[in-house]
Order: sequence, then C-alpha cells, then structure tokens
Amino acid sequence: MIDKFVPTLAAAMAGIQDGATVLAAGFGPGTPATLMQGLAEQGARDLTLVMNAGGRDDGPVADLLRTGHIRKLICSFVRADSVAGRQFAAGTLELEIVPQGTLAERIRAAGAGVQAFFTPTGADTILAEGRETRVINDRLCLLEYPIFGDVALIDAWQSDRFGNLTHRDSARNFNPIMAMAAKQTIVQTAHVVELGAIPPENVHTAGVFVQRVLHVPV
Amino acid sequence: MSGSAFKPLDRDGIAERIARDIPEGWFVNLGIGIPTKVSDFVNDREVIFHAENGVIGIGPTPDAGNINPYLVNAGVQHISLIVGAALVHHADSFAIARGGHLDLCVLGAFEVAENGDLANWARSPDEPVKQVGGAMDLAVGAKRLWVAMEHNTKGRGDSRVRKICSYPLTAKGVVKRVYTDLAVLEVTPHGFAVLDMIPGMTKATLEERTEAALIWP
Repeated sequence: MIDKFVPTLAAAMAGIQDGATVLAAGFGPGTPATLMQGLAEQGARDLTLVMNAGGRDDGPVADLLRTGHIRKLICSFVRADSVAGRQFAAGTLELEIVPQGTLAERIRAAGAGVQAFFTPTGADTILAEGRETRVINDRLCLLEYPIFGDVALIDAWQSDRFGNLTHRDSARNFNPIMAMAAKQTIVQTAHVVELGAIPPENVHTAGVFVQRVLHVPV
Repeated sequence: MSGSAFKPLDRDGIAERIARDIPEGWFVNLGIGIPTKVSDFVNDREVIFHAENGVIGIGPTPDAGNINPYLVNAGVQHISLIVGAALVHHADSFAIARGGHLDLCVLGAFEVAENGDLANWARSPDEPVKQVGGAMDLAVGAKRLWVAMEHNTKGRGDSRVRKICSYPLTAKGVVKRVYTDLAVLEVTPHGFAVLDMIPGMTKATLEERTEAALIWP
C-alpha cells in the first residue's frame, strides 16, 4: 500500500544533508512554516535556501536564517532592514537575486528536465553582466539554468495518501513547481482526505512529485 | 515652484487618470504602489486584473470582516476575487507576463528616459540589497507598459522624466506612456510627446520641471 504520510515533524525532515539545496514555497500564504521550523531543528548546515523573498524580522524565513544554517539565499527580493539584509551586509549570507519570473521558470525547468533556457528578462540590465546573452527572434536574451532542489518544502490545503495535493486560493504560488523540482518533496497539509476525495481534474500537484506528507492542522 | 495656479495630482489622482484610459476588456497587471490603486477607478468597465502571484481577476479590497487569509496580491495585501476569476501557479503566472498575454502593465518607477528605458528597482549599481521582484519580467513581456510616478523627486525636485536614466535599468526601451502628477507623456521615436496636462499647468512650467525635451501637439 502506498502511504506517504509520516507521523512526526522529525520523520518528515529526516535525512536532509549538510550542503543541501532547499526550495521553500510561499508568497505570504502557502509558506510551509512548520516544515521550515523543522528544518531549523533538524540541524543540517551549509544550506542553500531558494524562496521568493528574504522575509522580514520575524516569521519562518527570519527564524531559519537566524540559526546560521543558511549559507546562501536565492530569491527575487531582499529588504535592507531584515535578517537577510543584515546578514548579507555583515558578509555571513551569500545572496543571488533572480527576477521573480526567471526564478519561477528556473524551478519549473528543473522539474521538467529542461537544462537551460533563454529569456529577455534582465538581458539588458546589470544582472546580465559577465553572462551569456544571444539575440533570438530579434530579441536580446539571457541564458538561464535550472535550479534543482535536493529538498522541497511544500504547503498544501488537502492531501491524500498518494500525495495528490490541492492548494487553497493564492497559496498555490510556488508550491506545484517546487514540488516538481526536488529529489525529496516534503509536504505539510492542513487536511488529510481519502483517495478519490479530490476529483482527478482538480489535483493541483500530482502525487508523483511528492515523497512525504505531514498533517499539520490549521 | 512657480506662481502658477495648479495642484499636482495626489496618488489617487494619478491612478484615476490612468484608469480613464483603460478600455473594457483589457487584461491588466498592476505593480505595487500607485498602480495598485488603479483598479479602484475602473468602475463598471469589465477589466481583468492580474497579480503576479497567480491571481487572474482581482476584485474589490475586502473589508476587515471579510478577509480570506489565503488570498493576497503581489504586495501581499488581502484581496477578493471577481466572479469568473482563475488561479494559477507562479510559473504560469509569469508565463502570462513574459508570454505577451497582458494588454497592459502599470508599474511605478524612479526614472523613465525618452527612449523608453525604465529604472525602478535600484538607486545605484552597488546598492547593498536588491529588490528586483517581478518588474523585469513584467517590463519585457506586457504588450504595453505604462508608468505611474511623481514627476519630480520629493527632496530636491529632480526630474524623473529623463534624457537618460541615471539609475540601473529594469529594461531598455519598454515604456510606452508615463502618467505623473503633472502630465501624461507618450514615448515616441522622437522623445516624450505631451498628451495631457493637469488644469492650470503651463508649457513653460512643465518644461522647467522636466529634464527631457518635450514634444508639443
């Protein structure tokens, strides 16, 4: 019998190695806060964290950064006045800033097995300095590579035991694409449902992309 | 400030002026700041608003008693959905932006140049932290890009309407129109053409407040 549910947070986070690349979803709603807390407690170090934004002074990103376990942050947006901004200024955090759509597409590409792509986004800006560009269809484009995750931390509204997921409203955001892009996709779900309870045409993230699911009631 | 009698538009005023030029049926992305307010002024026209976090069909701002914590816009402010809305994931949402599916994107800016260059994400190349967000993807992908901004900087009154941008660019040659608190300017192959001015504004004063050359009707 296939059953991807795990009983505890520790079981959900077991085996994450030092040096791993961790994709964490969320854009406000949809942030897997319990799993991010679990990652801090699990203790893996020297991590690369991939998220949309660097957060503020409180909340799951700030708490995770404060552990000192994050070596590098890849995101689209960092505030100067935030834990991430201050760690970067102090030289204790590496930062790779990626335009948000390129970030999403690099993650999607990883999940889809696309090994590189060209996009006009940022091609005529300082983000392109020293990098490969090419004129394609009369447009200057920038070469971008996928972002593969060792681990993805995902938030869901519902999950069945196959790991078929729904995401509520705009809490969907990065969740389906990050789930596709990692070797080990770990989900926290607000609700556990029976197989078949989610109509097949309404599955947002198919269970094939999911390895472990933890029930975290809201 | 010259002695002429004009009252610059406030932020709502700029948003209202932009909304007047959006026809029914357009699919529109609004950036953070002044642009976010544009949707409050389209009234009964059916215009579909997109938020880069995957919302298609933003409705009116909900009152405090009707907040859905799972539903936010690009500024992570609570929103509602219109009847007929759709939700997509982040890569599809930016496919909408980059793939040319938006009739219009309205962004804020620090500066716009007469060739349509846009600067809206950093005030110097070596700024310690970076706030790119989704602006670069939206700027290269929308069918039209309009900018909403104050005509001059708050402190020194420098013109944000420039011959050449002094700040790092978000994208080159992308801005089609600029809506400021003083005027509406169209980016043409020959530079900024004045489409409209606020009541009481004169040709001489607008030229004095604008670093770039202006083309008059």
